[in-house]
Amino acid sequence: MRHLPLRILLLFCAVLLVFNSCTKERKLPIYGNRDTKIVKHADGSSSIDTVYQTIPDFTFLNQDSVKINNNTFKNKVYVADFFFTSCPSICPIMHRNLKKVYEDFKGNPEVMFLSHTIDYKYDTPHILKKYAAKLGVDDKKWQFAYGKRNDIYTIAEKSYLVAVQEDSTEKGSYVHQGWLILIDKDRKMRGIYDGTDSKAVEKLGKDIPTLLAEYKK
Amino acid sequence: MRRYILSALVLLTITTMIYSCQSAEQIKQDMYFANGRDLYVKRCQNCHGQKAEGLANLIPPLTDARYLKKNKNKLACIIKNGLNEKIIVNNREFSEKMPAQSDLNDIDIAQIIVYLTNSNGSKQGMYNTEAVTADLKKCK
Repeated sequence: MRHLPLRILLLFCAVLLVFNSCTKERKLPIYGNRDTKIVKHADGSSSIDTVYQTIPDFTFLNQDSVKINNNTFKNKVYVADFFFTSCPSICPIMHRNLKKVYEDFKGNPEVMFLSHTIDYKYDTPHILKKYAAKLGVDDKKWQFAYGKRNDIYTIAEKSYLVAVQEDSTEKGSYVHQGWLILIDKDRKMRGIYDGTDSKAVEKLGKDIPTLLAEYKK
Repeated sequence: MRRYILSALVLLTITTMIYSCQSAEQIKQDMYFANGRDLYVKRCQNCHGQKAEGLANLIPPLTDARYLKKNKNKLACIIKNGLNEKIIVNNREFSEKMPAQSDLNDIDIAQIIVYLTNSNGSKQGMYNTEAVTADLKKCK
């Protein structure tokens, strides 16, 4: 009985140890092309650092015909995708899945969504506005971007690494991949999910808090 | 005693025969239903959803039994030629364009209709290929 305080202390330490080992955090990978640069230090020595691919500057019009750019997504993590409103194939299922994630994070101002239209001829902002309203998106959390053909197609292929193209033989005349891309607050790609696969999109929903946790410290 | 058993057996055989005769149509309907379900998954589910629930106010659900009943003769035309007009389904308005599925044969369309009108609370029974062919002649 004399050693009771000691035992309690020991037990406390054990519990602490167990909890500590459990909270070993998981980090999301960083996708995209990499480059290296040589960093010169103050003491004259130098070392090699990795340069990760980042989303470059962009300016588009959103569904309210308001200019949006990188600052719109400053200090946010966001999910980007490419679609068009008259799409008869994979878009409805992508946005059905993404809508669930949107609902789940409705109260979290750090999370945003950015859907780029690849139908630069038809999907003008007011068409996007109608589409958003019918999808049940009525706030600024989910932005629908309209831009010049080259701007959208270049950022899709070079930056988000999503293949898009026009194809008059295809129903709906555009083809594109259904990837949802998770971008962190430093414009880096941290997740790629098949938007047509509800399991993959569920994983996206779980990865967003993991990514946000990186910034909590 | 033996006579009773015998007559009971005969009676049973006859009832079974009559019963199986009646369900030949049922078997055909079940076949249409099963094929229609496969076609639905391949051709319709992407937009209309796994449970035919549609997508918000963009894509209508296919579960409105009253709409399906009232517009049964138009379903073939809608599937084959698509739709580009305002419709009211489940008391909600839908006005997006539906793409045509012009490569579907009449029998495929009949099977899809049998599937849609006998699931999700509808129980409208058989719809054969001839009915679809007749409907398609009257498309606007």
